[in-house]
Amino acid sequence: MNIMNLISALPGAAAQGLIWGIMAIGVYITFKLLDLADLTVDGTMCTGGAVCIMLMLNGWSAGPALLVAFAAGLLAGLVTGVLHTTFGIPAILAGILTQLGLYSINLRIMDNKANQAINVDKYDLLISLRYIKNVPVYKNTILIVAVILLILIALLYWFFGTEIGAAIRATGANLHMSRAQGINTDVTKILGLMLSNGIVAFASGLYAQYQGFADINAGRGAIVIGLAAVIIAEVLFGKLGKNFALKLGFVALGGVVYYLVLQLVLWLGLNANDLKLVSATIVAFFLALPRIKDRKKGVADNA
Amino acid sequence: MLELKDVRKTFNPGTVNEKTALNGMNLKLEAGDFVTVIGGNGAGKSTTLNAIAGTWFVDEGTITIDGKDVTKLPEYKRAVYLGRVFQDPMTGTAASMQIEENLALAARRGQHRGLRAGITSAERDEYREKLKILDLGLEDRLTAKVGLLSGGQRQALTLLMATLKEPKILLLDEHTAALDPKTAAKVLEATERIIEKDRLTTLMITHNMKDAIAYGNRLIMMHEGHIIYDVRGEEKKSLHVKDLLQKFEEASGSEFANDRVMLNK
Ligand SMILES: Nc1ncnc2c1ncn2[C@@H]1O[C@H](COP(=O)(O)OP(=O)(O)OP(=O)(O)O)[C@@H](O)[C@H]1O
Ligand SMILES: [Mg+2]
Repeated sequence: MNIMNLISALPGAAAQGLIWGIMAIGVYITFKLLDLADLTVDGTMCTGGAVCIMLMLNGWSAGPALLVAFAAGLLAGLVTGVLHTTFGIPAILAGILTQLGLYSINLRIMDNKANQAINVDKYDLLISLRYIKNVPVYKNTILIVAVILLILIALLYWFFGTEIGAAIRATGANLHMSRAQGINTDVTKILGLMLSNGIVAFASGLYAQYQGFADINAGRGAIVIGLAAVIIAEVLFGKLGKNFALKLGFVALGGVVYYLVLQLVLWLGLNANDLKLVSATIVAFFLALPRIKDRKKGVADNA
Repeated sequence: MLELKDVRKTFNPGTVNEKTALNGMNLKLEAGDFVTVIGGNGAGKSTTLNAIAGTWFVDEGTITIDGKDVTKLPEYKRAVYLGRVFQDPMTGTAASMQIEENLALAARRGQHRGLRAGITSAERDEYREKLKILDLGLEDRLTAKVGLLSGGQRQALTLLMATLKEPKILLLDEHTAALDPKTAAKVLEATERIIEKDRLTTLMITHNMKDAIAYGNRLIMMHEGHIIYDVRGEEKKSLHVKDLLQKFEEASGSEFANDRVMLNK
């Protein structure tokens, strides 16, 4: 347990954390703003990378490939949204159905291979785990992801301040009131799900570049990591500010904290597979927290 | 202005919970009518307002607002014509959003919502002025989250939201029932002021018989999903609570039963 091993792993963990922070912002939109639990993201967290890597292998440059990945995410969100609103399927189930369907689609996109690698020396990747140390500043992956993150937060801050953005937030805050105010809540839910999955797929495209490959299992358990980041942000930074842009920033930082903890746990000797159990436990605990607090209060009130 | 023709609605048909809530409901309001609605528990008062608002579709009959048949129009489209305040103060506002954001949402009722700003600074000034009329000190708290307000403040805000964009019909469902008497009186006062100012066509359900007599130009009494008594003008003004109870017993053959009703004279 050489402390130097841990320290040298931290920059990479920070970069991955930031990328997953972008993904977590997507989860935040459905889970917090729309009050929906959307499991589509376990599929889109693979789709974005698959689309991005395949396009780049076919000669596309990183920027356009990422935009198409984003669009693919929008589509996935559209499917879940229509299943949920037009056809009245509960949101969780609608998400699971899309996610399952996406597995086949993702394989098709990846030419029926479970993994598609892209060579960092041959292709012009926007970010990579090789661009963390010993590269010029403008090529530094942490910096690039941080800049992308700031632009994304600025865009979302603007969007959720517009008429339609406010309508989406109102839908999550009070469905009844929204309809009484003439908001087509089916449309706002669909838009929210699309935007969320678009962002997740975009993060997926970044993550695949970072790792140097797209993988069919890339999205497994993604929702839990996203939720963990959202919850960490609330618990650790919730008191630091109420501004919407700040909150989004905190969610991204939540992703970084998650990956730093992951590094620590690995360094302590657990393996990456054990971590899923750790994260599931932590997320379950924090989701249960409000109820646990209520119970305690109930006991105190009865006493 | 509003016409319900032989409207029928049965909940959970074909199950043990089957309940016919509207059973040949007929009602016609002229522009500027302010109608109070009373009736026992489960008489179908709230169901009538929900039918007008389009919370669900009715089984039979037609609903016309301002000459337009809205029977098949979804709730969010009918919202153009309607302002609503509900019994539960939680229902009419978004708790996690600011006072000004709630008002801005209401100001856009019936409009296309695009990528323009969700609220402008000109609007803020307008809202500040309008909140002053409520006399609850809300004009200094535009950016406060609505969840921080008291029930009375939330109802007053909902009332303002319902009328910010002048509705064809204002629907009030026991909107002061959850408030303490003093606050209830204040909200009711504000209600009357707003209705009179814009001469709004209004349906107001109330559990307070005295209020039902004192407010508005017409009173209807509901029982088992339709109207059993309809009175207006001078005749209405001269009513007493005991007259209403008697009318009810005559028309329904049973005793008036509503656990929230106030019989105090
Ligand atoms: N969405 C619904 N699903 C099933 N039953 C309903 C529904 N809404 C109303 N009902 C039933 O329809 C009947 C009429 O209800 P409604 O709420 O209109 O009564 P009300 O006159 O407003 O009475 P109250 O004074 O108690 O508010 C009741 O028996 C009620 O249980
Ligand atoms: Mg009722």
